[in-house]
Amino acid sequence: MSESAVEVSGLTKRFGDFAAVEGVSFAVERGEVFGLLGPNGAGKSTTIRMLCGILAPTSGEGRVGGHDVGREPEAVRERIGYMSQRFSLYLDLTTEENLEFYGGIYGVARERLSERIGWALEMAGLEEQRHRLTGELPTGWRQRLALGCALLHEPEVVFLDEPTAGVDPISRRRFWEVIYGLAEAGVACLVTTHYMDEAERCDRVALMYGGRVIALDSPEGLKRQSVAAGLLEVACEEPGRAVALLQKTAGVKRARLYGAGVHVVVSEPATGARLVREALEAAGLRPSRVEAAEASLEDVFVALIQEAEAGGAR
Amino acid sequence: MNGDRILAVADKEVRYLLRDRRSLGVTLLLPVALLILYGYAINFDVREIPLAVYDPDRSAESRDLVQTVTRTGYFRLVRTLDSPRQAEDVLQRGEAKVVLVLPAGFAADLAAGRTASLQTVVDGADSLTATISLSYLEAMAQEWSLRRLAEAGGGERRAPPISPEVRVWYNEGLASTHFIIPGLVVLILMMVAALLTSQTIVREREQGTIEGLVVLPVTPRELIAGKLLPYVAIAAVDVALIGVAGKLLFGVPLRGSPALLSGLMLIYIIAALGTGLLISVLTRSQQLAYMIALIATLLPTMLLTGFVFPVASMPKVLQMVVQLHPSTHFMVIVRGLALKGAGIGVLWPRALALTVIAGALLAASAAKFKKTL
Repeated sequence: MSESAVEVSGLTKRFGDFAAVEGVSFAVERGEVFGLLGPNGAGKSTTIRMLCGILAPTSGEGRVGGHDVGREPEAVRERIGYMSQRFSLYLDLTTEENLEFYGGIYGVARERLSERIGWALEMAGLEEQRHRLTGELPTGWRQRLALGCALLHEPEVVFLDEPTAGVDPISRRRFWEVIYGLAEAGVACLVTTHYMDEAERCDRVALMYGGRVIALDSPEGLKRQSVAAGLLEVACEEPGRAVALLQKTAGVKRARLYGAGVHVVVSEPATGARLVREALEAAGLRPSRVEAAEASLEDVFVALIQEAEAGGAR
Repeated sequence: MNGDRILAVADKEVRYLLRDRRSLGVTLLLPVALLILYGYAINFDVREIPLAVYDPDRSAESRDLVQTVTRTGYFRLVRTLDSPRQAEDVLQRGEAKVVLVLPAGFAADLAAGRTASLQTVVDGADSLTATISLSYLEAMAQEWSLRRLAEAGGGERRAPPISPEVRVWYNEGLASTHFIIPGLVVLILMMVAALLTSQTIVREREQGTIEGLVVLPVTPRELIAGKLLPYVAIAAVDVALIGVAGKLLFGVPLRGSPALLSGLMLIYIIAALGTGLLISVLTRSQQLAYMIALIATLLPTMLLTGFVFPVASMPKVLQMVVQLHPSTHFMVIVRGLALKGAGIGVLWPRALALTVIAGALLAASAAKFKKTL
């Protein structure tokens, strides 16, 4: 039982010459909320599809709940809960009927099923909507129902594929409370997301780009990464002109608008602040503030991806 | 195959059907409605053919011949022409389908013992009616001649050289309803069943619920089986209604075993439902699936599988191709059972073919479904 809930090593999927996922390795522990991030086409969905036993890996290994995803896809599917951005609910069935269908497919014993349906309705806050058609429910409610369906059989591992796309902030917060509850109960949760604030909520995050994992750490760990070092927050006049100017200044790696000011990444953190201030003063842009800032997760990801792109071009 | 999962799929499908009561009602009543509509409309018995007569002879004999022809009910005298030129006119306007011309001297020829001529003009544009009219007229003229010979014989009564003793078996009255209704049953069941299942999988694809099914521990076979079950039940109700209607309204007999017919009908329905399922797996939109199901069932069943036109008179290649269509086999089975009282001893090759086709359709659906996931 020392095995992790999800173990991935060297997982690769090729479609012809195109490697959608290449050499991906990570592990998700029981009770952990693990985030999978990356731009569209980075290989997140392909990775999840392999881990759900839908897509056979070209090479490498994936084990979910102790079962090999390539060799025992059925055993894997019985042990996981999966919820996607496009909720696979039957809109012409009621809330309860959807739950009954999923319970039947997951083979939840009849006497246990009503108890589990009660649990799911309570968890999703849908007790009052039990007999309403799913198609009449707002998106946020449907999302919680979809989660309830995916959890009916008490899976050891839950895959949430962009679960909060198109959901209002309050529903999203409530949704994350459910996820933390699951993690506390020892369920391994693997979440893909576009939202940075959601990435911050994960215990650990893997950033995927071009089919590879290019960084894997806790959100705090990622922010401490060297790529994000040398970030300066600048307040000055005419920030638009400042960005154009700084992008051409030697010793500045990147400059972009950030809020009312400018975020600048310099190659030499020790001397960078002085360099930027001098450049702006010379141009008459009157910098009122130039100081080191803590990188946001977004800064880190942008930096990591640009670095990966540069590496790929090399 | 896991029974509980099949039942879960079937249960969901049933609730889905029950939610849309209007469609369910249509599904249950449509077959009977179609049977009644087409059962009365499609009729190959030609009666009351409109007839025009040009009779310049105006003799007792010519009048007697015309009377003989019209008395039977097969022909109805619509017009007496004043000149032979009018013949073309009445045929073109469709006023009459047949024109009888009894030339002047008709009675005189008969009296002199010569062969009198009787000209018959038939509207060949409607070849079916034309053929039947001609054979009726020939038979009537023949009968009339024989009767005259007998009456005028004066002792020297001559027997016709051959007198065929024709017995029609299985459909003694040659009622075309007995031929049509079983064929209609084959056609309607095929069409309704295939249309039913043609929507079931493509709908899940359109609504995106298929994505959810893929990650569930349900196999394509379980899914196909679960989806099939409720529709078999619906089709069974359709069969019962159609059977009752065929018997009560059209008086089509069932001379073979009802149990055997039910069993074979079940296999046929599964084949028809399987056709719909395969179409549903292969298509990307409900509308397209509907159209393909309609075209794949209605046209071949009506034109190619022996409903009206005998398979034996088709080109050899086509004959082989239509063996793949379940309707071809069930057409033979239904007619054999209903009219001829045939048993499994005769029908087993057809039953076997039907079973193989049904199995192949379902296996193909499941296999193709697995690949498209």
